[in-house]
Amino acid sequence: MSRRLLVISCGLIYFFLMLPLLVVFPISLSSAPYMQFPPPGLSWQWYERYLDDPQWIDATWRSLYIGGATAVLALALGVPLAFALVRGRFFGRTIIDRVALAPIIVPHIIFAVAVYGLFAKLKLIGTWYGLVVGHTVLALPFVVLVIAAGLRDFDRSLEQAAEGLGASRWNTLTRITLPLLRPSLVSAGLLAFISSFDEVVVALFLAGANMTLPKKMFDNIMMEIDPTIAAVSVMQILLVSVVLVLIGRFGRGLKDSAR
Amino acid sequence: MNRSIFPALPALILLFVFFLFPVVRMLGFSVEGGTFDWYAKALGEQLYLRVFWNTFEIALLVTFFCLLLGYPLGFLMATTTPFWATMGFIFVLLPLWTSVLVRTYAWMVLLGRNGVFNRTLIEAGVITDPIPMLHNFTGVLIGMVHVLLPYMVLPIYSAVRKVDPAIPAAAAGLGASSFAIFRRIYLPLTLNGIFAGSVLVFVLSLGFYITPALLGGGRVIIIAVLIEQQVREALNWPFAAALSAVLLAATFAVYALAQRYSQPVETTR
Repeated sequence: MSRRLLVISCGLIYFFLMLPLLVVFPISLSSAPYMQFPPPGLSWQWYERYLDDPQWIDATWRSLYIGGATAVLALALGVPLAFALVRGRFFGRTIIDRVALAPIIVPHIIFAVAVYGLFAKLKLIGTWYGLVVGHTVLALPFVVLVIAAGLRDFDRSLEQAAEGLGASRWNTLTRITLPLLRPSLVSAGLLAFISSFDEVVVALFLAGANMTLPKKMFDNIMMEIDPTIAAVSVMQILLVSVVLVLIGRFGRGLKDSAR
Repeated sequence: MNRSIFPALPALILLFVFFLFPVVRMLGFSVEGGTFDWYAKALGEQLYLRVFWNTFEIALLVTFFCLLLGYPLGFLMATTTPFWATMGFIFVLLPLWTSVLVRTYAWMVLLGRNGVFNRTLIEAGVITDPIPMLHNFTGVLIGMVHVLLPYMVLPIYSAVRKVDPAIPAAAAGLGASSFAIFRRIYLPLTLNGIFAGSVLVFVLSLGFYITPALLGGGRVIIIAVLIEQQVREALNWPFAAALSAVLLAATFAVYALAQRYSQPVETTR
């Protein structure tokens, strides 16, 4: 009896969670020139408007390669950091652990304003690599958490066996450790990519005239609500679904990726 | 120095140069000229105290509603069959990883004057005039609860998972009602998860920018929005820095309290 009540209330809560994701689908297909619900008819016009507008396409490409570069850089820096934090024994380990995770805790607006002040001095506003650096700082804690979780569950006897059989440290790392960590690496890389691809606050300050997709969306929402945003949103939701499926398929389970 | 720190160095350099240094540098602006006048302004003037109070109030309410909605979800996911637990995870993670902008935009579509909710209610004859739900406190609250709910569900889920199912089963066998099982077994054993989730949601709400900026429509001013205005519109860096310092201090204080009274919220260990 009370179990049924729980299931019904959870059904409603799931509805609340999914409703905003679902509502953009019909609106993106609306034939009305402005936001109207339910749509009076169906059309692809908002998708066409998106595809025909070089500004939207530019912003999309920019976000894609900034996200890709962020994922590469965050992995290159975050994986060794996670190794040091989990396996290293050195003075100040706890402090470094806190510093590595601090970008999650410090409000993004503070980081965005701070890095904006610095980059304005260094003339890095509006450059793609400036944004990559900003996004890498924000993605680093995700990478460290996911890789550290993978390393903690790691069976070190496999490495010891390889070394006992005469493998060099480099061979052990590249042929045993990293392949076994691959699910964590996939999850960490995809999470870093998505965190950059979706990031608005830092982009708002650092992107300048070179829009990223989220900044372009933010500006559009601020000015007028036009269903092009709904079309972009639908594509964004589909992209995230694909990434989640990839994480589920090749990464370290969905449940770990959320932590 | 121990060599095992070496792999950490490149990342640490990045964090020092592009994270710690800019933040400390910016916070330094707040005491430029050796005075604390900007702090006096931030914490002394009625107008700005109001902003701090708004921020605190919203964070508290968001945390409360996230707990109210998040506990049943986490509980159900932790106690159901693996198939339904996975489905539950998908429906929690999909919104979590969908852009905050997309979700905020969708809420504008739902809550607006001519939005889905008002249209539906008017056509059903329930109301004659649209209920204002956007560009006010209610809108910001709904949007933020939606964005932050997953952060509450996940720690509660892991806390409920850790409860040995034999304990509630034994209690039920001895005739305890489901309410008694919840109150005397699950609630005390999952306090840690409740605490971790609440701290996370509360701290994230304190510094939240996008959803309040868009759903508040300039009418709900909370601290993150005020900082952005001071930098981009007023170009008042010292004041923005003082506000940031206060926000940062509040954030760290909540975390420090949380670490004292429970296990760390996030750590690599």
